Amino acid sequence: MTTADTESTPVVPKIGEEILSVDGLVKHFPIRKGVLQRQVGAVQAVDGLTFNVTRGETLSLVGESGCGKTTTGRLLTRLLAPTSGKIVFEGRDISHLGEGRMRPLRRDVQMIFQDPYGSLNPRHTVGKIVGAPFRLQHVKTEHGVKRAVQELLELVGLSPEHYNRYPHEFSGGQRQRIGIARTLALRPKLIVADEPVSALDVSIQAQVVNLLEDLQEEFDLTYVMIAHDLSVVRHVSDRVAVMYLGKIVELADRVDLYEKPMHPYTVALLSAVPVPDTKRKGKQERIRLQGDVPSPINPPPACRFHTRCWKAQEICKTQEPPLVELKPGHQTACHFPENVEAPAAKADQ
Amino acid sequence: MVFAYLVRRVIGAVLLLLIVTAVTFAIFFLVPRLGGATADDLAGRYVGKSAGQEQIHNTAVRLGFTDPLYVQYGRFVKGLVVGQDYNYGTGIERCPAPCFGYSFLTQQPVWPDLVARIPVTASLAGGAAFIWLITGVGTGIVSALRRGSVLDRSLMSVALAGVSLPIFFTGLLSLSIFSYGLGWTQQGGINPLDETNPLWWAYDLILPWVTLAFLYAAAYARLTRAGMLETMNEDYVRTARAKGLTERTVILRHGLRSALTPILTIFGLDLGLLMGGAILTETTFSLPGIGQYAVIALRANDLPKVLGVTLVAAFFIVLANLVVDLLYAVVDPRVRIS
Amino acid sequence: MTEPIEEVQDAPVQRVERGEAFLDVRNLQVHFPTDDGVVKSVDGVSFKLERGKTLGIVGESGSGKSVTSLSIMGLHPPGVAKISGQIFLDGQDLVSSSREEVRLLRGKRMAMIFQDPLSAMHPFYTVGRQIIEAYQVHNEVSKQVARKHAIEMLDRVGIPQPDRRVDAYPHQFSGGMRQRAMIAMALSCDPDLLIADEPTTALDVTVQAQILDLIRDLQREFNSAVIIITHDLGVVAELADDIQVMYAGRAAEYGTAEDIFDRPQHPYTWGLLGSMPRIDRERSERLIPIKGTPPSLINVPSGCAFNPRCNYAHLNDGLSQTERPELLDTGNGHLVACHLSPQNRRQAWETDIKPKL
Ligand SMILES: Nc1ncnc2c1ncn2[C@@H]1O[C@H](COP(=O)(O)OP(=O)(O)OP(=O)(O)O)[C@@H](O)[C@H]1O
Ligand SMILES: Nc1ncnc2c1ncn2[C@@H]1O[C@H](COP(=O)(O)OP(=O)(O)OP(=O)(O)O)[C@@H](O)[C@H]1O
Ligand code: SF4
Ligand code: SF4
Ligand SMILES: [Mg+2]
Ligand SMILES: [Mg+2]
Repeated sequence: MTTADTESTPVVPKIGEEILSVDGLVKHFPIRKGVLQRQVGAVQAVDGLTFNVTRGETLSLVGESGCGKTTTGRLLTRLLAPTSGKIVFEGRDISHLGEGRMRPLRRDVQMIFQDPYGSLNPRHTVGKIVGAPFRLQHVKTEHGVKRAVQELLELVGLSPEHYNRYPHEFSGGQRQRIGIARTLALRPKLIVADEPVSALDVSIQAQVVNLLEDLQEEFDLTYVMIAHDLSVVRHVSDRVAVMYLGKIVELADRVDLYEKPMHPYTVALLSAVPVPDTKRKGKQERIRLQGDVPSPINPPPACRFHTRCWKAQEICKTQEPPLVELKPGHQTACHFPENVEAPAAKADQ
Repeated sequence: MVFAYLVRRVIGAVLLLLIVTAVTFAIFFLVPRLGGATADDLAGRYVGKSAGQEQIHNTAVRLGFTDPLYVQYGRFVKGLVVGQDYNYGTGIERCPAPCFGYSFLTQQPVWPDLVARIPVTASLAGGAAFIWLITGVGTGIVSALRRGSVLDRSLMSVALAGVSLPIFFTGLLSLSIFSYGLGWTQQGGINPLDETNPLWWAYDLILPWVTLAFLYAAAYARLTRAGMLETMNEDYVRTARAKGLTERTVILRHGLRSALTPILTIFGLDLGLLMGGAILTETTFSLPGIGQYAVIALRANDLPKVLGVTLVAAFFIVLANLVVDLLYAVVDPRVRIS
Repeated sequence: MTEPIEEVQDAPVQRVERGEAFLDVRNLQVHFPTDDGVVKSVDGVSFKLERGKTLGIVGESGSGKSVTSLSIMGLHPPGVAKISGQIFLDGQDLVSSSREEVRLLRGKRMAMIFQDPLSAMHPFYTVGRQIIEAYQVHNEVSKQVARKHAIEMLDRVGIPQPDRRVDAYPHQFSGGMRQRAMIAMALSCDPDLLIADEPTTALDVTVQAQILDLIRDLQREFNSAVIIITHDLGVVAELADDIQVMYAGRAAEYGTAEDIFDRPQHPYTWGLLGSMPRIDRERSERLIPIKGTPPSLINVPSGCAFNPRCNYAHLNDGLSQTERPELLDTGNGHLVACHLSPQNRRQAWETDIKPKL
């Protein structure tokens, strides 16, 4: 990691260089009970994430509900403070920066929220919503805020005439565009998008996905995309991190992950995706997981997936499999991974 | 877990009551003192007009005004818990716990007075609550189910009038019609509920009951209607219909059950509040309840009485709160403490 | 899955005058008068469904899928919706039946599962009690018998330790278990028609797979007719024999699952397929979205409701803007509501669409 040499000189953006690196990131939400409200436990929402994001790429976080995707997103944008671990953005450790020192960085790191209804203030006009970041950050614009906002609206495929309208006058997809315009106002370098298309209809979803791709190209944006729809994830990502109960169980290049998944959970997840292909109906060899995801309050010990894993052995219940690189660029946390090229590679661990 | 919760709540309740007494105490003692009044000035209110300086000072000493405030407050709290001995010069009198002290004016102990008045207020509040609960909730349901109909609109107009008309207006109006005018009911006062025919008790209270209940029934009708309209749109009501349940069962077992839950809370708090004295109703109908006592006490600036009334009222409110919260856990399994 | 249709006609009902479909919806219209105007949520929908078959209804949000299913169940509040057309359930027209007659059929002959199993169950009653209630409405049995039945049903839908779980409250169940319990409740009286309105939308993909399997298994076991409503084309492909694609309250296309996925004919269906990233195919460089947004149902565009968003509307000499296309058979029961001529249609499909899917 490069930390020392970036103190004073501004970073020159370079594609392929690391923009964000996360090391051992943990977030526990305490649970309090009893007469004295003692802490009796914690929701282990995020429990030791380590990964890097390269400039210009799209890294996706996927996983089932409650596995800690949103929490991770909020940690990366420092809307939440981590319990422990390190977040380094462009060489600066931002894991424990206070609100004041964080503010200039908020320009560079932005978040798009899932709910296109809830995240826009219904009493503000579109102009006010999209222009808010300029005002908050005291940014000077060349031709005034209004012009800047109208340009942004055009950029995301809305009409500049929408400036004085209110969010309720827009459809879900249009609202998500407003949210994206607001995010883009300050020309961020990194955008964390939390389920940006989940609430939208398929036809509209495709519009927004395309928009996000275009914008990425135009402004060299880096995305951390949070999603649970594996088809969408495959379409948008360069690399994918699969999460289960607060941990990354597999992190790999998109093609690798979808074609040769190594972690049993990833395999199950992929095989559970319903495919719009009538020829595969009923015939498909399917791996069916039993039961639901356990609670993150008392996650199973060692490999957290062992309660649902069909390959689980004794060792899985006692020894936590580390996230290791089994193939170049393909990390997996499993004692008995699938799709291993050299079968002996891992068996003796 | 339930026990820990209860302990926490009871401790909280006791602390709250202490704070209430302290604040009342401060208002009646500290504030005049801060305004420059001396102990004798305070005592001057509680002796006859022609009393001399000496007599006033003696009274001040006797009432304990000359002691520092915290001593006075401490004495009061101690009296509440273990009772207190009063020295009148003529002899020592024992005021057993809970001792609210003696009226500064009449030298009568406060507590027995209060105890005697609780049944009156309880009769008033209980009877009225019974009436308003049935009529208010019933009206609300009917209105909700016939939403937009003429019936709904007329009921809601009456309810709107009910919540906007003050008690002394409706009270005096009903008194002038039914008592002074038609002579059907008594003009005030109450028969105790004892060996005598309980109908007399009810007869005397019918007018205050109805007057008080009208106000609350109106509010409850509106609440119930809003609640019913909301719950009848819930997904689980649709599920209930999808099972093929009769509309009656759907409404009563699935809709009303949830709509009534928030009303339960409000009902508990309202009842608690009323138990501390229905001031307007009691005054209008000359009922010797806690509310009337409060008015008398306040007019006379009779601190022990004021403190007593405040504490009793606060006690009922705190108790109602606690009961409501516990009941809520019974009604709604989601808030049950595991 | 295709043959046992005739032999299940054991019900003594002889009122069917035409066809033998178990469910026969004819020209259903559901309109909601509102302050802003009449919302034509469903505007002329027809379909048939046999026992043992599954019909998938797909379409975007607001296309009238739920309203259609609620009409079949008779669940629109009286006076709110104006319903016309006919819905024959085993020969009996539900639209003209009294509310009480329809109520007696609900839960017994037709049942429904809803999207969000948490809000669809009453939070104050145990799961068991809610199933017992569903059973007891239509069966005069004691509480004990009903309870035993409820436990059996919970067991049948794969709830572990059903004799203990029967006394749990909905919030104590996980999402998947709640949906299983909903299914148990819906199936408790062994209905002939099961309507599942987005039964897996609120669930995780691994749990969704379990629930879809369960619905498929149960259908085979009970030989019921199933309508599955969803906006996820993958889900219908998993379950449905026939598919109806809805747009703005009308059917745009109707056919077998193979018709819809392998040789779709309607530009809207093409749009849906092109919008959807596919996990089972080569990754396409770009998705092909449908332009614009769904229309308001108060001011449905004249002619073909899809015309403002359609890339082929100009090929029909203005017919797309002026005349509403009827749902017509293009052969073998594959129905399409579009003015495109067969040549234009084939050409668009072969050159524009098929290569990009
Ligand atoms: N503020 C909070 N306090 C306590 N627990 C929390 C808090 N925020 C999140 N959690 C818990 O942390 C876990 C992870 O939540 P998170 O929202 O990150 O999941 P997610 O992966 O985004 O799920 P989804 O797909 O449902 O959005 C969940 O069990 C959640 O209940
Ligand atoms: N009671 C009602 N009054 C007025 N309009 C209604 C009513 N119920 C439904 N609608 C309208 O009917 C249209 C169709 O609704 P419906 O619920 O059938 O859509 P859907 O296809 O199920 O969509 P989704 O995928 O979002 O569930 C919507 O535009 C909706 O606003
Ligand atoms: S470590 Fe064991 S339990 Fe965990 S995923 Fe691998 S095989 Fe399954
Ligand atoms: S009728 Fe015209 S507008 Fe409608 S789908 Fe066909 S071509 Fe498109
Ligand atoms: Mg989330
Ligand atoms: Mg719907």
